[in-house]
Amino acid sequence: MDYQFHWRPVIQALPDLLKASLVTLQVSLIAMALGLMIGLVLYFFRASQLRVLRGFGSTWVEIARNTPSLFQIFVFYWGLGEFGIFLSSYTAVVAALTFNCAGYMAETYRGGFNAVNAGQDKAARTLGMTRFQSMRYVVLPQVLRAIYGPMTNQFTWVILASSLGMLAGLRELSGETQYFNSRTFRTFEFFAATAVIYYLIAKMALLLMALLGRPLFKAERAKS
Amino acid sequence: MTDVFTTLQWSDLIFLLEGAWKTVQISVVSILLGTLLGMVFGWLMSLNNKLITFAVMAVLDVFRSVPLLIQLILFDSFVAIAGFPLPAFWSGTIVLIIYTASLVAVVVHSGIDSVPAGLRAAARCLGMSYWQEMRHVTTPVGLRTAFPSWLGVALATIKDSALVSAIGYVELLRASQILNTRTQESVKIMLLVGLIYFIISYPLSRLGARYEQRQKS
Repeated sequence: MDYQFHWRPVIQALPDLLKASLVTLQVSLIAMALGLMIGLVLYFFRASQLRVLRGFGSTWVEIARNTPSLFQIFVFYWGLGEFGIFLSSYTAVVAALTFNCAGYMAETYRGGFNAVNAGQDKAARTLGMTRFQSMRYVVLPQVLRAIYGPMTNQFTWVILASSLGMLAGLRELSGETQYFNSRTFRTFEFFAATAVIYYLIAKMALLLMALLGRPLFKAERAKS
Repeated sequence: MTDVFTTLQWSDLIFLLEGAWKTVQISVVSILLGTLLGMVFGWLMSLNNKLITFAVMAVLDVFRSVPLLIQLILFDSFVAIAGFPLPAFWSGTIVLIIYTASLVAVVVHSGIDSVPAGLRAAARCLGMSYWQEMRHVTTPVGLRTAFPSWLGVALATIKDSALVSAIGYVELLRASQILNTRTQESVKIMLLVGLIYFIISYPLSRLGARYEQRQKS
């Protein structure tokens, strides 16, 4: 192996890479937050009496779950051009990841709502709570506990999947790495450094979610 | 004015289907070998040795915490540096095999963990050897929890095979991009490609849903 490793260009580019990591975080957070909200709406659509809503919800979920996320990004970035819709890399990547997250979260919510015994809602309503109160104080807190684990996984997944933005010209962490790579041709060194940064971001996200989740599981900790 | 772009032809459908066949090839090889490797890792983690469990877990966790795209580019550039360049199919598939194995290991580990310790001890008490007990007790019982999750991993691998296009292998997604550039008829092509991916992965995803329902009732 007569390859000379050169790490200096990587070290020089480090501030820019870290700045680009903020774009990665931003894209992931927005997609996750929107995905959580739209996913809940999709869940209610799929549980609704109206056939149109059920069909819409199921179509979204099945497409999101059965096609590659890179394909979804390409559809938002290139596919909408024929309809005269031109999205920037940033918007296209956020939209595609949101589309994907919403589909997966809708399924996760379904599991969460199924985990809460239907009798509890009835009991709360019998005690005089309105439909909304029962949802807010009895059902949702338990659903949230049930979905917290899968939600954490989904968040890590979005952070890693946002790296696909590179292939749609987005200058997030991977895109920025590719930019420096094309100027220096130090492919291995640059992507090795980026791999380390992703690893650290993923671990930080897990830690953050564990801390945020602490109040949720307070009651359970007290029990044990 | 002569047009630089040519319209979509029937032969292009064959080009796409060839890409789809390569997607299937990458997926099948990755799922098969990834599952075998993942089973070994999962079994290693379930041995009562904290050091082995921790070591295997920590190493596999790296593959789950770094984007697959970055792993693909890294490995592809590494084999070039090291002087034994591989065809894109193999450098892509090797990365996908290891990635799949890291996911399968977790599934297998929790599957083995789901088998009650008392049941396993009882089998041993009846005179079964370790491997007999593994084969006739732990595997069938653990498979009940592991199988749906394994289907999920297999589905993910099929979809993740699209990333191999990033290191230059012409599978389904890459084939569609080539046609896109030539014909500029992105909507038709994307609908078609989406449909092909859907056809490949939907049966597996239905199977998972059916299995889930059957377990509930």
